[in-house]
Amino acid sequence: MIRSEILKEIAPILRDQLVICNIGIPSQELHAIDDQPTNFYMLGTMGLASSIGLGLALVQKKPVIVIDGDGSVLTNLGTLPTIANNVAPNYILLIIDNGSYGSTGDQPTYAGRKTSLAKMAEAAGCERVIECRAEETGQVLQEALDAGEMTVIVSKCESGNAKMPVITMDPVVIRDRFMKAVEA
Amino acid sequence: MSIDKKITEDLVAAKIGFVTTVPCKQLAGVIDEIDRHPDIFHIPSNKEDEGMGLCAGAWMGGTRPAIIMQNTAIGVTINTLATLIQYYRMPLPMLISYRGELREPVACQVEMAVHTKALLAELKIPTYHFHKQSDADELPNILDYTFMCNKPVAILTDANFWGGYGDQ
Ligand SMILES: [Mg+2]
Repeated sequence: MIRSEILKEIAPILRDQLVICNIGIPSQELHAIDDQPTNFYMLGTMGLASSIGLGLALVQKKPVIVIDGDGSVLTNLGTLPTIANNVAPNYILLIIDNGSYGSTGDQPTYAGRKTSLAKMAEAAGCERVIECRAEETGQVLQEALDAGEMTVIVSKCESGNAKMPVITMDPVVIRDRFMKAVEA
Repeated sequence: MSIDKKITEDLVAAKIGFVTTVPCKQLAGVIDEIDRHPDIFHIPSNKEDEGMGLCAGAWMGGTRPAIIMQNTAIGVTINTLATLIQYYRMPLPMLISYRGELREPVACQVEMAVHTKALLAELKIPTYHFHKQSDADELPNILDYTFMCNKPVAILTDANFWGGYGDQ
């Protein structure tokens, strides 16, 4: 299973939730599969999806799902201790770990070699960390929502991208409709 | 009222409820005040770009944010300022310790100080420089201005503003 197949499978779970989606092809894929005003697409700034999602989860009560990648978490590793030490029960970090930098040509990441992001999250102090196979992602994500506990999910999948169009929506439009959805 | 307390009260009066900080010796007092204040959620960040991500999320969630950091962070956060805060048009007051200015004891700090205002100008970030304590009287207006125009705004506070480094 590759990331776009996971996104297709979990789209019905994501639909009604606030979602912060990682830069590049992940956002293009989610946008093409099921664009929703509750989706915030990152068009730049690699690595900050998990931080934006945490800030959002800490100031309001609705669940927040961050769709991140292994490469992006590696570029902002300081996020893991911040997440662990500022527990937001409505926060779910879903790391789709395909062991590669998908948006830049599938160069391998260290997460695809010796490094375990799940163990790093645990070592950072995150209490509910679940590593799963790609096929289990939907079930694990739904359980995390039902648990109402801060959860880090590391979904191990294959490397590869679906061919999707670039997002041409204006960033201020993405942000404005997202803020209205947060408030609704 | 101490300057640390005055700055904190100004933040609260501007309805800022979420502050992220990366520590600095000059800012230690104001960070303490913010940490103690019941109306502010204080979340230390490990790096300033991470902090700006937290602030972006808090603002989209309906809470006004601010970041407290050193001027060296301008070098760290240019991409985040351009592609997140400015691109999506988000307000962000940045209370910045302006290291490397007059009364600075550490020579290396000067190396980023000489670039600080040029970088902020290149980014078209409105920039205010507090040199004397009375300059802080402008803070409420600067905060209102930031949330009026939805831009990052820099408030540089130098060693003279903070009263120097002991015997320096
Ligand atoms: Mg990847």
